[in-house]
Amino acid sequence: MLRRFSVHLLLALFGGVIIYCAYQEYLSLYVMSVLMFMGVNVILSTSLNLVNGYMGEFSCGHAGFMCVGAYVSSLLGVWLFAKDKVFGEAVFDPEYALYAFPLLILAGGVAAALAGLLVAIPSYKTRGDYLAIITIAANYIIISTIENIGVIGGSRGFMGMKSLLNEMEEVVELPWMPIWVFVFTVFCVWLMRRYVSSTFGKGVTAICQDEVAAEIMSVNTNKIKTITFMLSSGMAGIGGGLFAYILGYVNPGSFNILKSTEVLVMVYLGGMGSLSGSVLSAILFTILLELLRPLQILKWIVIPLMLIILMQFRPEGIMGNRELGDLFPRLKKFYRFK
Amino acid sequence: MMAKTQAQTENTPVLEIRGLTQRFGGLTAVNDFNVKLMPGELSGLIGPNGAGKTTVFNLASGFYQPSEGQILIDGVPTAGLKPHKVTALGVARTFQNIRLWNDMTVLDNIRVAQHYRLGYGFFHAIARSKRYQQREAEIEKEAAELLDVFDLKRFADDFPKNLPYGTQRKLEIARALSSHPKLLLLDEPAAGLNSSDIHELIRLVRWIHDKFDVTIWMIEHHMDVMMELCTQIKVIDFGQTIAEGNPETVRNHPAVITAYLGDDVI
Repeated sequence: MLRRFSVHLLLALFGGVIIYCAYQEYLSLYVMSVLMFMGVNVILSTSLNLVNGYMGEFSCGHAGFMCVGAYVSSLLGVWLFAKDKVFGEAVFDPEYALYAFPLLILAGGVAAALAGLLVAIPSYKTRGDYLAIITIAANYIIISTIENIGVIGGSRGFMGMKSLLNEMEEVVELPWMPIWVFVFTVFCVWLMRRYVSSTFGKGVTAICQDEVAAEIMSVNTNKIKTITFMLSSGMAGIGGGLFAYILGYVNPGSFNILKSTEVLVMVYLGGMGSLSGSVLSAILFTILLELLRPLQILKWIVIPLMLIILMQFRPEGIMGNRELGDLFPRLKKFYRFK
Repeated sequence: MMAKTQAQTENTPVLEIRGLTQRFGGLTAVNDFNVKLMPGELSGLIGPNGAGKTTVFNLASGFYQPSEGQILIDGVPTAGLKPHKVTALGVARTFQNIRLWNDMTVLDNIRVAQHYRLGYGFFHAIARSKRYQQREAEIEKEAAELLDVFDLKRFADDFPKNLPYGTQRKLEIARALSSHPKLLLLDEPAAGLNSSDIHELIRLVRWIHDKFDVTIWMIEHHMDVMMELCTQIKVIDFGQTIAEGNPETVRNHPAVITAYLGDDVI
């Protein structure tokens, strides 16, 4: 019994401690925001790994889907629950924001998943480098579209999400943002873990290793590709929604190809096709970015240099395509991860 | 161990090909090809290199759409069907150059080949529903049994790329059978095997034919394999059928000798 739920217990304990610290304000606002970005990065890197690692396609437009999620959940939230100069009075009583918040984030995820079709449908016929170009194009389309909608701020960005958070904390005095980041991070990793470990989801790996054989051996490759792209971009949308609410401000410029590259770096750092690798590398990468902050702009020389060194000496990333359980067989035996 | 496939009426051929023609640009790879395979048959397709044998298999497994002609699996036309649908109709195949999923365990290779009859979808997989758990247990059990009868159980957790070549061939056949085919297409199963492996293969194919309720159609260059296994052989050259009949007839057919050894007249 203890064995079966030990992972859940550990997670609950970890989350509990962090949220308690946030509640008591033991941790500074700075540390809290780093921790929250860590959660967002975990979501982004695991979801991109689903496409780049498990399915073997090369998507470099992940930030575009993040952008869709960020905008949809922010706009919905502000429209429904806040007084704003664009939308005017709140549609519902702001105190309901507390209950609707997870739905807002999920709505962002759903919208991003639909945007994922922009890549999923071309992927039926193209793959490899050609699909990579399509993903870049998708990223640009999304950003340019939003930049050209003047009502929501265009390239100047959109804000007003902070008032929602303030409302939420007014109703129940809890650090809501860290709580939801934690919950959604666990939810996303859990969802993907279940997906890729089912026989259904193993079709994704089969497509990666030999698409012809997969199709001939009765895997409906188009369906699996659609589901995988939509799941991946949906998760990116959830990450984007959280990102928007943490910052309280979104602008299309922060979801450009550079952001996509950052996520790519995390995936390659962690290892293709390894969920635990992606989680680890997202955490490490966030810490690294903060540690190197004193270097200021030089940071962007040091980090790419580290990437070059990594690719030279350990191209498979931290974990290769293995999971934690493969590295520590005793851990696997103990938990019997399913 | 495998459930017998649904009551087939004895008279419906498992595979019927009528007037099949395939053109690639100006090249006619297969021209007016006809064949009828009755349930339980074990027959062969031979021909010199580039004769169009593999093209016929690619057409039969739905990988290409024919330029002309009809392919019927158990009486059902396959025109316009995607390959995975054709597999679901009961066609499984192996490849000339082995195409296993090299970074998935042997057991997973067998499991994924049951994809079309998983009986659950994405949401069941996420929710780990009752149906999911039940089906997943059945799939696992069936895969383990299949590995067991193929004597591959000890490799269950290995990666195919680490197995000897002959074992990879065997695994590929096992994977094909995992999809419960009515028709098994073997594309040069003996390619790259040494002579003792070939004897093993002959035994294996005969054993599969006896044990599983499956019709087998194979391409092979090793004539001894064909002579020993097949009851019917078809010979094609440049996409044309040049001879057919039992192994003895085919072996002595003048057109076959010409195709393989060339003409005396220069």
